[in-house]
Amino acid sequence: MDYLLTEEQKMIKDLCRQVAEEKIKPVAAEYDEKEEFPWDIVKVLAESDICGVYIPEEYGGLGGGVLEMAIATEELSWGCGGIALAFAATGLGTYPILLYANDEQKKKYLPDIAAGRKLAAFCITEAEAGSDAGSIKTTAKKDGDHYVLNGTKQWITNGGEAEIYTVIAMTDKAKGARGASAFIVEKNTPGLTFGKKENKLGIRGSATREVIFTDCRIPKENLLGREGLGFIVAMKTFDHSRPGVAAQAVGIAQRALDEAVKYAHERRQFGSTISSFQGIQFMLADMAIQTEAARALIYSAARMIDAGCKDIAKISAMSKTFASDTAMRVTTDAVQIFGGYGYMKEYPVEKLMRDAKITQIYEGTNQIQRGVIASALIKEGLGKSR
Amino acid sequence: MKETDAIIVIDEKCVGCTLCVKACPFGAITMEDKKAVIELAKCTLCGACVEACKFDAIIIQKKEEAKAVDFSLYKDVWVFAEQKKGEVQSVSFELLGKGRELADKLGSKLCAVLLGDGMEKACRSLIERGAEKVYLVDSPHLKAYQDDPYTKVLTSLVAKYKPEIVLSGATTIGRSLISRVAVTLRAGLTADCTGLDIDPEEKLLLQTRPAFGGNIMATIISPNTRPQMATVRHKVMKEAESDPSRKGEIIKEEFGEDALASRSKLIDIVEEMEETVNLAEADIIVSGGRGVASKENFSIIRDLALVLNGAVGASRAAVDADLIPYSHQVGQTGKTVCPKVYIACGISGQIQHLIGMSSADVIVAINKDPEAPIFKVATYGIVGDLFKIVPLLTEHFKKTLAK
Amino acid sequence: MKIIVLIKQVPDTTDVKIDPETNTLKREGVESIINPFDMYAIEEALRIRERLGEGEVVAVSMGPPQAEEALREAVSMGVDSAILISDRKFAGSDTWATSYTLSQAARKIGDYGLILCGKQASDGDTAQVGPGVSMHLNIPQVTYVKKIEKLGKVSALVERMTEEGYDIVETPLPAVLTVVKEINEPRLPSLKGKMKAKKCEIPVWTAEDLSCEEEKIGLDGSPTRVIKVFTPPPREGGRILQGDPEEVAKELGDLLKKAIIG
Repeated sequence: MDYLLTEEQKMIKDLCRQVAEEKIKPVAAEYDEKEEFPWDIVKVLAESDICGVYIPEEYGGLGGGVLEMAIATEELSWGCGGIALAFAATGLGTYPILLYANDEQKKKYLPDIAAGRKLAAFCITEAEAGSDAGSIKTTAKKDGDHYVLNGTKQWITNGGEAEIYTVIAMTDKAKGARGASAFIVEKNTPGLTFGKKENKLGIRGSATREVIFTDCRIPKENLLGREGLGFIVAMKTFDHSRPGVAAQAVGIAQRALDEAVKYAHERRQFGSTISSFQGIQFMLADMAIQTEAARALIYSAARMIDAGCKDIAKISAMSKTFASDTAMRVTTDAVQIFGGYGYMKEYPVEKLMRDAKITQIYEGTNQIQRGVIASALIKEGLGKSR
Repeated sequence: MKETDAIIVIDEKCVGCTLCVKACPFGAITMEDKKAVIELAKCTLCGACVEACKFDAIIIQKKEEAKAVDFSLYKDVWVFAEQKKGEVQSVSFELLGKGRELADKLGSKLCAVLLGDGMEKACRSLIERGAEKVYLVDSPHLKAYQDDPYTKVLTSLVAKYKPEIVLSGATTIGRSLISRVAVTLRAGLTADCTGLDIDPEEKLLLQTRPAFGGNIMATIISPNTRPQMATVRHKVMKEAESDPSRKGEIIKEEFGEDALASRSKLIDIVEEMEETVNLAEADIIVSGGRGVASKENFSIIRDLALVLNGAVGASRAAVDADLIPYSHQVGQTGKTVCPKVYIACGISGQIQHLIGMSSADVIVAINKDPEAPIFKVATYGIVGDLFKIVPLLTEHFKKTLAK
Repeated sequence: MKIIVLIKQVPDTTDVKIDPETNTLKREGVESIINPFDMYAIEEALRIRERLGEGEVVAVSMGPPQAEEALREAVSMGVDSAILISDRKFAGSDTWATSYTLSQAARKIGDYGLILCGKQASDGDTAQVGPGVSMHLNIPQVTYVKKIEKLGKVSALVERMTEEGYDIVETPLPAVLTVVKEINEPRLPSLKGKMKAKKCEIPVWTAEDLSCEEEKIGLDGSPTRVIKVFTPPPREGGRILQGDPEEVAKELGDLLKKAIIG
């Protein structure tokens, strides 16, 4: 299939696929089983310049945009959705800096991320504030030349492994939606600790932990943008990173499809391969249609964002919703095609199904996404009906 | 194609049958307007198409043959006898076996060349195996193999005595050494020959070897240079019989410090033999593939090997899955083995593995997949569960061999 | 230090299959790759450059114009520059002519401390070119190198693999080292490397550029000649033993008895 990618985009795609096949796929099951953090793979990504794909050249990156990020994420996720998160979640944690940091902050933090020397993580979710992000309780109180952070962030991907944390905290509760701010917190800052590693259903090759701030003092220079911009930073970050989650989902879906096609061709029942049965054929066709459609939607969204379009929230949400729902459907069907073998851990598809589920939940549940889409539609509708 | 090209298609003779296209191992021939066209960039002048064409439509044009050198001065078949730690390696006896055949066909003598320190007694074993003459160079400098002195000595001897043919084992020593000698003498050298014969008319050495991982065999000659040199892998030829009554001449040669000097220094020799039975030498090998599934399970493979007094081998898949160390790997990127019996358990039989063991006398395959390629080359195949069958075999042999 | 890496583009034998109808090699869709053993040589050269903190790695390949792909791949792994040695006159070269030609290229490049190559090429499998180059250049060689222990400006301490283990050898430089798989794990290309590889210029040196003597190159320079190419008779599959595990184990045991006891 020719997606009419540029030479550079094809290079990224091919190299990430090579990494996925040669380095990630062989170890994915082991990392899933042992829940270890894939530092080996991070090293390979660093050496291959993949970590800097979406970071501007002046900071040591390749200067790619959301599309390049999506291409890389999809291919790496094809290898393993969990392992790919070391890269993809770093992207999420880096977008606040890319979008809102001043030059000094960018110079300080981006080169290490681009070179793969440091990972990043984005901290907004709390125990009582998931979809309702506005209810976060972590505070950041100005104290002379510092801010002091207090509170606990929950379910932070790369938590404990990342060196750089971009955190949304309340600076002025009274101001409501304009009362939060975004900050950069470095790992060894006193007052920053981590909870235990969460024991997850899927994406077990990634680390998820509580990130705990106890009178954590950070220099005021670590404020991103201005006070009060917090939720806007978060929203814009998600707008840019949603195609990445979608890409992760499509990578997992594609892998499930590839495994199912291969298996269907090998498995014989009733005297022929099951790939010769229409029932299976139709399932595979539907899986392929959806995966391809999801990919097209991601590319569409990514291209729009990279072109500088303003109204990207709707398309971004659509790409994430459709891709993640697709991944869940495709991986479930893949398990079905494998039959009894699909249920066994010895075969690769049950992991894919477990990995796919989270894509419908994090970075904005698909219900929230639908809300975002509906709001946008209604707003547009109102605009048109004049 | 220009008339002056090295290989040309005579359009008038070409009927467009495409036999040449199919014969070309390099994909260098295509049909244009029903005539064969050879892409010179891809052509290696191997001659397969010339052979294949029934209409003599393809010819390889060589420049005028170099004025025929008088090769009548070159006589005798030489075998480079390799020694390690003072012991003559068995590959040398295999070469003497083949060398005898070749010498007989040529009506010339079979000789051996031995370099080492204190090797005079060892000459006896070479004579017993058929060497009519042994050229011996004894010196402390030659105790262990070093590129420079061995190259200079062997090159000198060959230049002085002018053998017609020089054979050596394709061992790490043999391959390093003979390449160097061949370059100095500008002699043709063919490595890893699986077949050696004498062309009855031209009396040339016909050297046959596999290419493309064994998918194709090529026969090679060195018509215009002497000596004709070839290396042969261990266990490909049959050892010469030992006859203690044989007599032979030992010719000692001396060399000065210059010739025996070495630019590189051998600092130490380290041995790392893990298994008691050397895989490359083994007559019986029991090999495990990915089907063995775990390190622990490999013990059933080891058990069978132990009972049969054989070695344990593995496919690359098993090594990559970390079931067993790389030193046991058999195949294109592992060791080539030539046992009497090769028992492949849970090995699918990819070409890369077959390359390493397909010359075994008897191949046994045990695999639960009836479509596994290994069954195509197996003498005896069992479609079944290796975890059941291998232990049963071990039991069976424990009983029958104990008798 | 300047390090020359000799590489060869070969067909990917993992893809090579026999066409069952014609009993010849199926060549369509068979990709060309860098000779797997040369990948280790490239990696080692890059590691040496990293180890010394300085150095220049030049990849050289003798082949038809398409061998340029292999050189670009080497650049994408991090090699500094590449040169293609190509000329119709080189067609038909056996290992003698090839090692002569490559040694002429090394002479032209000049001032090298090391020449690295894989122990053998996966298509020809002769392992003769490395030693041949060392002889033509009259510099020392160490073959089957599995580790470079120490590396100085004028000498190197290396481990040379043998059937029983390894030798420790000290060699003066410049020298030719042929390397084995055990020496390292080749890296993947990097994106920056791939972009450099796309743009970089790869000069092509002809027989004239190398001042090659005509009678030492190509078919004329090759003492060996292929006179016949044939497919080996396929090894025939034998019997499939049927029955339950105890039965087949016994049957197999009896069949093998002769072969095993001898």
